[in-house]
Amino acid sequence: MATETLTIGKALNTGLRRALENDPKVIIMGEDVGKLGGVFRITDGLQKDFGDQRVIDTPLAESGIIGTAVGLAIRGYRPVCEIQFDGFVYPAYDQIVSQVAKMHYRSRGKLSIPMVIRIPFGGGIGAVEHHSESPEAYFAHTAGLKVVSCANPQDAYVMIQQAIASDDPIVFLEPKRRYWEKGQVDLDAPLSDAYPLHSARVVRPGTDVTVLAYGPMVRTCLEAATAAAEDGRELEVIDLRSLSPLDLSAAYESVKRTGRAVVVHEAPSNIGLGAELAARITEECFYSLESPVLRVTGFDTPYPAARVEEEYLPDLDRVLDAVDRTFGW
Amino acid sequence: MAKGDPGGTTRSRRAAPRSRKGATGDPELVQLLTPEGERIDSVTGPDGTEYRVDFTDEEYRGLYRDLVLVRKLDAEATALQRQGELGIWASLLGQEAAQVGSGRALRTQDMAFPTYREHGVLYCRGIDPIMPLGLFRGVDQGGWDPNEFKFNMYTIVIGAQTLHATGYAMGITMDGKTGTDDGEAVIAYFGDGATSQGDVNEAFVWAGVFNAPMVFFCQNNQYAISEPLERQTRIPLYQRAAGFGFPGVRVDGNDVLATYAVTRTALDNARHGQGPSLIEAYTYRMGAHTTSDDPTRYRIASEVEAWQAKDPIARVKTFLEKQKIADADFFAEIDEQARRESVDLRERVLAMPDPEPVTMFDHVYPNGSPLLDEQRAQFSRYMESFEGSAH
Ligand SMILES: Cc1ncc(C[n+]2csc(CCOP(=O)(O)OP(=O)(O)O)c2C)c(N)n1
Repeated sequence: MATETLTIGKALNTGLRRALENDPKVIIMGEDVGKLGGVFRITDGLQKDFGDQRVIDTPLAESGIIGTAVGLAIRGYRPVCEIQFDGFVYPAYDQIVSQVAKMHYRSRGKLSIPMVIRIPFGGGIGAVEHHSESPEAYFAHTAGLKVVSCANPQDAYVMIQQAIASDDPIVFLEPKRRYWEKGQVDLDAPLSDAYPLHSARVVRPGTDVTVLAYGPMVRTCLEAATAAAEDGRELEVIDLRSLSPLDLSAAYESVKRTGRAVVVHEAPSNIGLGAELAARITEECFYSLESPVLRVTGFDTPYPAARVEEEYLPDLDRVLDAVDRTFGW
Repeated sequence: MAKGDPGGTTRSRRAAPRSRKGATGDPELVQLLTPEGERIDSVTGPDGTEYRVDFTDEEYRGLYRDLVLVRKLDAEATALQRQGELGIWASLLGQEAAQVGSGRALRTQDMAFPTYREHGVLYCRGIDPIMPLGLFRGVDQGGWDPNEFKFNMYTIVIGAQTLHATGYAMGITMDGKTGTDDGEAVIAYFGDGATSQGDVNEAFVWAGVFNAPMVFFCQNNQYAISEPLERQTRIPLYQRAAGFGFPGVRVDGNDVLATYAVTRTALDNARHGQGPSLIEAYTYRMGAHTTSDDPTRYRIASEVEAWQAKDPIARVKTFLEKQKIADADFFAEIDEQARRESVDLRERVLAMPDPEPVTMFDHVYPNGSPLLDEQRAQFSRYMESFEGSAH
């Protein structure tokens, strides 16, 4: 078993490389993905090895990136589009929700758009405006798209390859503040046998409270669980991994045991994913719940100036505070 | 296959676009001051317009002062970023003449819509140079009043401001504020990369169709982060204007006199009701795209050196010296002023406080929102719960 210690960023890079090697129809396109290797270097070295016909520096036009990728996909290619930062996906939003998401449906299954749209998302890097956004609900709300987010290097490596191999259009959300975090990666993990793309996973078992998170917040919740354990509380942390479709079987099973649930995400709470999760858990686990499902989220403001983002983002204290409150009912 | 062969087989298109040379080769530049510091009296642009400037010695010296100050303040901001005082900085190094020339060509009543790099234009609009530093330090999102200074907020989403500028310009027409010398005009700044955006092309369409009093000012600094001009276009950018039905001109963006002349003419045409135009200021970004960028990955030193020989400030200095418009004392005085102002800037940046966290709830809506009031109250209670604790 070839196991290596990689950062999430390097794991994505390695996964992309594998995908390019394994399927000549895979192409990577985006702004600065070539010589520069992307502003986060996720595509580092790929153009050098696969050429500029397969790793394409595009004009600076997001609608163009996604729109032309639609045509390439119809033509039989498997485009993997990089959107440089979450805040710059909106010029492409029309193409994604009106075109990418609906092609299969409109053509009654005659056309598929096997496209991956990679977006570094979320806060925590002290950036200027438009560089820290949490657009997941917009995409998860759109029928025809699938939305996933990885939270550790192993998943980053496997999930990006699974997403590229999938015939569904997939919005692939990368937790940008975690790009530099390291972990073990089994490079031989066979994709089809590996953990299915659209499944949630219990990343820390526990008995007292179920904590649901995805992407950048998984790490925060694991830290909260460690802290809570010192106070004698065992949190069960579930990494949702897929936001659309949601896989809640593990969550239901967990909440039925713990009787308590806390949902954590960076995006604002209003009409967000937390609302969907709380509603579904309430419907399914009503008689097991000891307290309402609580949400820990960003606030319903535009993303604030970097020097106050620490207060905006859910942190360990706010997660633990919510855990405390579930016991106060 | 031989060139011109009409044979029916598919020709390979993997090669560079045919007009590659046109995009980067010998540009037809409007120039009034050569890199060697020689004055050119007047130049005729591609559409037959004649460009000239007639400055007093005092005005020449003023332009030089602007250029030096703007460069120095920019260098100070770069240094502040390197020392961790700013999150990021987008330097204008090399683009001083394009910005000062166009910025000084604006009349008081004209409105400017910048990107995130227009510190030189901001300076010309009379805004305290500390203002954009708040944005880059992460303590605010740009602190000046766009109405007061007639200089809109910095725009980071590429190209978005060109549509706002066009709409503002349409409003000027609706208000009947064109057709005279004190009519109003609008200038929108953007880069070569931005010309690929849908928004910019839509702005061209709208400005043309509505004959908006607009000047599109593209600083072609040859790169969009790592991507060279050929990744955005296969014709010289100024020629795009023709397809939208208005004039385009390419000016030496490192020549403050030509930039001034071309911009002044375009703005005056706009204010007199003659509609939009596109200016391509042909220049070069001498540093990195921003302090987060690594230009050694995508460009070579000799290219930078070639452009250094066209430095926008050196040529004005040579000209002032040759014409005896300024002496050594003057240059020393300007350097001293620039040094003082940059020290002052540094001190004030270091003193910039972080905002109170609760201010993140301010100004989301002009009429407030019950949801936010509730969140603000909850947040305040939560923050108070830590007071006195060792948190
Ligand atoms: C819509 C959008 N996409 C991507 C970016 C990221 N980005 C910031 S600056 C830049 C390059 C801009 O190049 P250009 O328009 O030539 O202006 P320059 O910075 O060179 O002056 C890119 C891709 C952005 N800010 N907005």
